[in-house]
Amino acid sequence: MTLAELKRGQQGIITDVSSNHIPLKLLEMGCLPGNAVELLQVAPFADPMYLNINGTHLAIRKETAVHILIEATNE
Amino acid sequence: MSKQINVALIGNPNTGKTSVFNALTGLNQKVGNYPGITVDKKEGICKLPRGLKAHIIDLPGTYSLNASSLDENVVIELLLNKNDKDYPDVAVVVSDVENLKRNLLLYTQIKDLQIPTILVINMSDRMEYKGISLDILYLEEQLKTKIALISTRKNKGIEQLKELITKYKELSTEACLDTSIIDASYFNSLKKAFPNQLVYKLWLVITQDVNFGKTDRATFDKVEDFKTKSNADLKRLQQKETIKRYQFINETLKKGQTIDLKSAKDLRIKLDRILTHKVWGYVIFFFILLIMFQAVYDWASYPTDLIDAGFSNLANWVQHTLPEGAFTNLLAEGIIAGIGGIMVFIPPIAFLFLFISLLEESGYMSRVVFLMDNIMKRFGLSGKSVVPLISGNACAIPAIMAARNIESWKERLITILVTPFTTCSARLPVYVIIISLVIPEGTFLGLSFQALTLMSLYIIGFLTAVFSAYILNKILKIKSKSYFVIEMPSYKIPLFKNVLLTVLEKTKTFVFEAGKIILAISIVLWFLASYGPGEPFNNAEAIVQQKHPNLSEDQQNDLIAEQKLEHSYIGIVGKAIEPAIRPLGYDWKIGIGLVTSFAAREVFVGTLATIYSIGSANDLEDEDEAMSTIKNRMSEEVYSDGSKVFTLASGISLLLFYAFAMQCMSTLAIVKRETNSWKWPVYQLVIMSGFAYIVALIAFQVLK
Repeated sequence: MTLAELKRGQQGIITDVSSNHIPLKLLEMGCLPGNAVELLQVAPFADPMYLNINGTHLAIRKETAVHILIEATNE
Repeated sequence: MSKQINVALIGNPNTGKTSVFNALTGLNQKVGNYPGITVDKKEGICKLPRGLKAHIIDLPGTYSLNASSLDENVVIELLLNKNDKDYPDVAVVVSDVENLKRNLLLYTQIKDLQIPTILVINMSDRMEYKGISLDILYLEEQLKTKIALISTRKNKGIEQLKELITKYKELSTEACLDTSIIDASYFNSLKKAFPNQLVYKLWLVITQDVNFGKTDRATFDKVEDFKTKSNADLKRLQQKETIKRYQFINETLKKGQTIDLKSAKDLRIKLDRILTHKVWGYVIFFFILLIMFQAVYDWASYPTDLIDAGFSNLANWVQHTLPEGAFTNLLAEGIIAGIGGIMVFIPPIAFLFLFISLLEESGYMSRVVFLMDNIMKRFGLSGKSVVPLISGNACAIPAIMAARNIESWKERLITILVTPFTTCSARLPVYVIIISLVIPEGTFLGLSFQALTLMSLYIIGFLTAVFSAYILNKILKIKSKSYFVIEMPSYKIPLFKNVLLTVLEKTKTFVFEAGKIILAISIVLWFLASYGPGEPFNNAEAIVQQKHPNLSEDQQNDLIAEQKLEHSYIGIVGKAIEPAIRPLGYDWKIGIGLVTSFAAREVFVGTLATIYSIGSANDLEDEDEAMSTIKNRMSEEVYSDGSKVFTLASGISLLLFYAFAMQCMSTLAIVKRETNSWKWPVYQLVIMSGFAYIVALIAFQVLK
């Protein structure tokens, strides 16, 4: 599944990122395979998404989140 | 002479880098521009132990050495250029104890450049709260550096940092990890082709082109035996490099840092549940806005009125004290009035920046951006455009400066271009007098027509801004990497010193940068209104006395002033543009008002006061009375055929003209400064004023 499908409060592990569609800045902030991710909050229309990635709190647009593959670790 | 060393402060945003800068330099700092671009260059002097002095540069905050904005590019340009006069003898990397893992990424990159580097771990006061403990000696050994554990909030560790800077020569310049392992053969060929260069430096130069498109890569292609790679390949390598760095950092921190999650508290999550809530988030934001407007409109009006009165008293005093003559007039009506015109903007600007810097320092601004991004995105704007669009309702100048943190150049440019449509406070006096003149009294659903008209003008302004953003987004063909990543920092109580320095610095920038231009325009306007060619101007006194010998001296003086104005250069201009503005329902006197309004809109009312020759009204104690006198004169103004000048049609037309036209020199000056080109302010001037003309024309022709 992609990060965009994660539900509020749900956690996961990043499995792959499509480096062509993801700004390098996001990778550098810790959005890399193997790191944990949790969806903390969403704005109306579920966009942007407020995430905790590897300890960094950040928000990205849904259009970016679809390029990040994850494996959910809890319901 | 004592030796001065160059120190560069580098760090992620939100690490308190600027607080470290303020702690080191105090008021010994200045803000300038990097040549050719509008990125602020903050530098200062710090006295070190043993008579050494440090020249400190506060480089823009960046997450890595791979630049994605002009601000970040400044960091690389400096670190790659050994010949730059600011090239650091020692780099100080500022990190935040809560985000050490991420902060260390940038640190390892800078270490790879073989610059002596000190690691500052800031916000040590939060360690206990977050359950963090560090093994500093182990970290120093692994990271091959000296560490200063400090807290700018509690003012701890600054002296230790100064001591470390003094002893910069003892620092190791060995890299933390070997970058070339990500693609050994590629890096070997690089090394072979450029044997005298640092490989990591070459790698940065090559990849900057991928990210930014500024550095010239042609030199690399010229060298034989060296084949560079495709952009996609390079990007994959960069990803690999980032992963390698994180592996190193994770291993280092596994031993060097322990986090006791049980004792860690996180206020951020709890606050964010309310502040970024789908409903409450917007409600709270709305209330904060209300308070901000109250401050900028209402609280700021007291100091503004004082400044205004002070300068007009000063001008009066000069006029009455100094010997009469052209110089006295220029000083009183041109220069002092001009400086006063700049000074009255200081209170609203200071208040606005006080609020904005409080919101930013506390971390709340990121939440607003998060809440608004979805809505703004639909109009080609960014969530980060919210701040300028709100501030524009007070004054477009600080608003346009506040657009700086928008990463995408296209979104930032659109924000700058549409912000002047929002109803700034300078339009208010114009609206008030014209509405009271042409809008009938009476109520609709308990609200007066006049108040409704004023409110509609505000709404029209905001909608026009958003709608033109939508159009600009469609027609502007600017290639600009557009993405949206915003860090949501933890909430902090703002540091008074930081807020104060921000307010001081922004206000100073406005006064000196925009001020120069406003002053120049005021002086030119004064000349144009005070001089005229030929008999009708120069012999105004004689002509009026001859025509109206029986009038009192006061009445004669009024007529002389009117005669002079009509035949001054600016009067001639007014007459010359009359054919163009007649279809809009304006006479030549309003035309002069329009022309002088281009210095600043609020000049309109003052100009009309002069034009309708009520010079004596200035002596009235009560301002309302003076206003009503202008109003009476205006409502009595008739064309030669006896029809009124100010009717509903011409009034509405004038209101709409003021709503849309670009009539503010200071805004144009700031747009020039921020876009670094005359092209955009000229477009703004022509398109906004052209649009205003057409709308006003239609309004008058339909309503008359």
